[in-house]
Amino acid sequence: MSQTSQATADPTVIEDKSSFIIAISEFWKSYRKNKPAIVGTIIVLFFILLAIFANFIAPQGINDQNIANRLQPPSPAHWFGTDDFGRDIFSRILFGARLSLRVGFLSVIGSIIVGTLLGVLAGYFGKALDVVISRVFDILLAFPSILLSIAIVAILGPSLNNALVAIAIVNVPVFGRLVRSRVLTVKEEEYVMAARSIGMGDMRIIFHHVLPNSIAPIIVQGTLNIATAILDAAGLGFLGMGAQAPLPEWGKMLSDSREYIQNAPWTVLFPGLAIVLVVVGFNLIGDGLRDALDPRMKN
Amino acid sequence: MSEPLLQVENLKKYYPINGGKFGSVSETVRAVDGVSFTVNEGETLGIVGESGCGKSTTGRMIMRLIEPTEGKIIFQNRNIMELTKREMRKARKDIQMIFQDPFASLNPRHTVGHIIEEPMIVHHMGDKRQRQKRVEELLELVGLSSYHAKRYPHQFSGGQRQRIGIARALAVRPKVIIADEPVSALDVSVQSQVLNLLKDLQKKFNLTFIFIAHDLSVVRHISDRVGVMYLGKVVELSESENLYNDPKHPYTKALLSAVPIPDPDIKTERIILEGDVPSPAHPPAGCAFHDRCPVAMDICSIEQPHLKTLDDGRLVSCHLYN
Amino acid sequence: MFYYSIKRLLMLIPVLLGMTLIVFAIIHAIPGNPALTILGTKATPEAIHSLNRSLGLDNPWYVQYFSYLKDILSGNLGTSIQTHAPIASEIWPHLAATIELSFIAMIIAVFVGINAGIISAWKQNSFLDYTAMILALIGVSMPVFWLGLLEQWGFSIKLQWLPSIGRDDIRNGVDPITNLYLIDTLLRGRLDQFWMVIRHLILPAIALATIPTAIIARMTRSSMLEVLKSDYIRTAKAKGQRMVWIVYKYALKNAFIPILTVIGLQTGLLLGGAILTETIFGWPGVGLYIYNAIQYRDYPVIQSGILIIAFIFVMVNFIVDLLYGLFDPRIKYR
Repeated sequence: MSQTSQATADPTVIEDKSSFIIAISEFWKSYRKNKPAIVGTIIVLFFILLAIFANFIAPQGINDQNIANRLQPPSPAHWFGTDDFGRDIFSRILFGARLSLRVGFLSVIGSIIVGTLLGVLAGYFGKALDVVISRVFDILLAFPSILLSIAIVAILGPSLNNALVAIAIVNVPVFGRLVRSRVLTVKEEEYVMAARSIGMGDMRIIFHHVLPNSIAPIIVQGTLNIATAILDAAGLGFLGMGAQAPLPEWGKMLSDSREYIQNAPWTVLFPGLAIVLVVVGFNLIGDGLRDALDPRMKN
Repeated sequence: MSEPLLQVENLKKYYPINGGKFGSVSETVRAVDGVSFTVNEGETLGIVGESGCGKSTTGRMIMRLIEPTEGKIIFQNRNIMELTKREMRKARKDIQMIFQDPFASLNPRHTVGHIIEEPMIVHHMGDKRQRQKRVEELLELVGLSSYHAKRYPHQFSGGQRQRIGIARALAVRPKVIIADEPVSALDVSVQSQVLNLLKDLQKKFNLTFIFIAHDLSVVRHISDRVGVMYLGKVVELSESENLYNDPKHPYTKALLSAVPIPDPDIKTERIILEGDVPSPAHPPAGCAFHDRCPVAMDICSIEQPHLKTLDDGRLVSCHLYN
Repeated sequence: MFYYSIKRLLMLIPVLLGMTLIVFAIIHAIPGNPALTILGTKATPEAIHSLNRSLGLDNPWYVQYFSYLKDILSGNLGTSIQTHAPIASEIWPHLAATIELSFIAMIIAVFVGINAGIISAWKQNSFLDYTAMILALIGVSMPVFWLGLLEQWGFSIKLQWLPSIGRDDIRNGVDPITNLYLIDTLLRGRLDQFWMVIRHLILPAIALATIPTAIIARMTRSSMLEVLKSDYIRTAKAKGQRMVWIVYKYALKNAFIPILTVIGLQTGLLLGGAILTETIFGWPGVGLYIYNAIQYRDYPVIQSGILIIAFIFVMVNFIVDLLYGLFDPRIKYR
């Protein structure tokens, strides 16, 4: 065929390289330039390391009580001071990082899985299913999120794990709606029509064509939602609807120490600082990912 | 003439418009309104019409990518309309499609090799090695090179992408290929290359083509027979030779007069159609074309004409030929 | 427009029904015997029996649900287990307190947030912009209850500038008329008490306003950046108009619709944040009412409190939706 030589000589065809690596390195190039995002990454990595190595770093166990030593201000022995049971606040915050990060990651992963499933069902198959699922989302979104979490915890009974489940449920419609709208957009793409035309089944189309093209916004939203999940878990802990004593959950630590704020403000200061830092970290990463992955989501 | 391979009978697609105050259906758009034709093995049927005439919808309904409202599609003596979803997916192995937009019809996240291989995966053809070998063959068959398999669609030009689309369609060795305006998005210089490629492939594999286009000049080289559509209906269908030399329907005449002729000495009278294509939600009464027709008669606005077979075997839907 | 309103109103019905179903489930989906859960393990069989009867727990769930719906529609929100008073009459003072607090917080959020956003965009990449955006980032990352505690520590305990608890001084209580104290004190002509009420409002309102302020500031900044790049701003600049004038004139012209959106969205955050803020500041609103009910396992109160707040949230969004149609000529309803 006469066109062969012409096609291969086409100047628009760039040097052969694995395009996956190109995509990753391109993403990294734009992400790296985003200084706040790097700061956020460092903060979150820092907390993840603290959580993993809490056993080795923490000077004391979380429940090592020493009543004689209660409500001591920060000192070389107790960097963040001690609480009303004489427990080392620094150590408790380290272990608290485990709890908060766990709630953040697990609840968001749960919301993403269920939300994606429902979003795909609603967006891809449409019709009555779409109406039902979308209505359920509307109803769940009609509650302020913390109140719905409280309602769910009221049903399940107060505990950190139930708080995790409640937060996951509350965030399902966030991802459900996101995925649904992505699916509706991608479904209209001609390459999906092309996929159907070669005789491809729905499942393969969803997993090979629709979902891969929806991942970027899910990752961005997921990162931002880890931040709010950590905040909500702390809020529930503060209200007594989340972690129960003696777990060193940061929100619970705050509510336990609020009566000592006058004489021992450090008991209130450090758990709150920890929450703010982690949440700032995830928010920075989320914003950075949005700029790097999905410029259209900027608002 | 050989046996008809594909037979379309009275195919219809009506879309409801939700215009009512509380979402009630107030009217319907007749996108395709009773189209019938046959396609013989190894031939090319061109389908021509302005945008919105229902030609693409017709093409997609043959594959049931759009569910027809009514009608029969008989392929190899089986009515496709009666197949279950699963059977239909299998049947699509024999009928493949080439899309208009070479940029939108290839998934930007997949390599070219994967795009071409995917139909074979779906239809369980061969093992991984065999499929990859076939991908390389196909790439060379359509005028690309085997090493292109590792690249992504955005690294190719429009013409090259359309070749990838053709390779994908050929992958499962189909009998029929529906080409939905395969060259209209391409530069004129590239158009003829792709058309020649399709012609070569047809000869080589005894393919049957349904070639959809919006102007008659593109179809001329490649079609054995041509059907002209207007507002969801076929108004004329005949051998290419006849249609181009002696068009019968006034609409065909108008379309043909718009085709540029390379010889400046030949003077043709250009027929300029007045007005726009009417909305398919409110087609004019009688003959849908009568309000733009230069030779309309009284009866045209009252009675709908039907497709009639003329002496030379061609079909025309016009009151002039009663 | 009329038909659109009707349509929207009809669409509210399934949402409201769903809400009641979820709230209904709070009592009825508790595993085990709800009466036992509510009364605790030391409850006498008679007490359990009478609670079962008063909650209608002997009937199948759908019968219970319909009688629950009937109750709500007739304005009966149930009876508090703690006080034995009907919740419907008990809740209004709480509701008024929450509305007053949220309203003031919203005003702070809109005023501070929009101005911070405008100035940030106008002086993009300046020190001012960076400061504002860092504050906004910390604002969205801040647990409301922690901020409230810090405020109490700083302004009440250390500086002793502002009261940290309640809506008024115990020895100088406001005599309620509408239960909106800002209005009541004015109606009674007690300017001294009006000032006292404001002093009580400041700390909780600021805590509650933090997150919405930060979100509004970020939204305003990014939309203003777009506007400032547009041709009509360049034209105005070329005509030699003063920048302050241009920025505020066009900003406010374009700001109304985003403000509406934000109000609609942030109402949920505010009402949700209210439960935490009220807990900290002993603010006797619905949030504190629910919080106390949680401590007492007063499930009917938890139910009705959540239902009322969700209902307000839905209605605010409904009204915001309708206001779009009135104020934005580009949006046409059929």
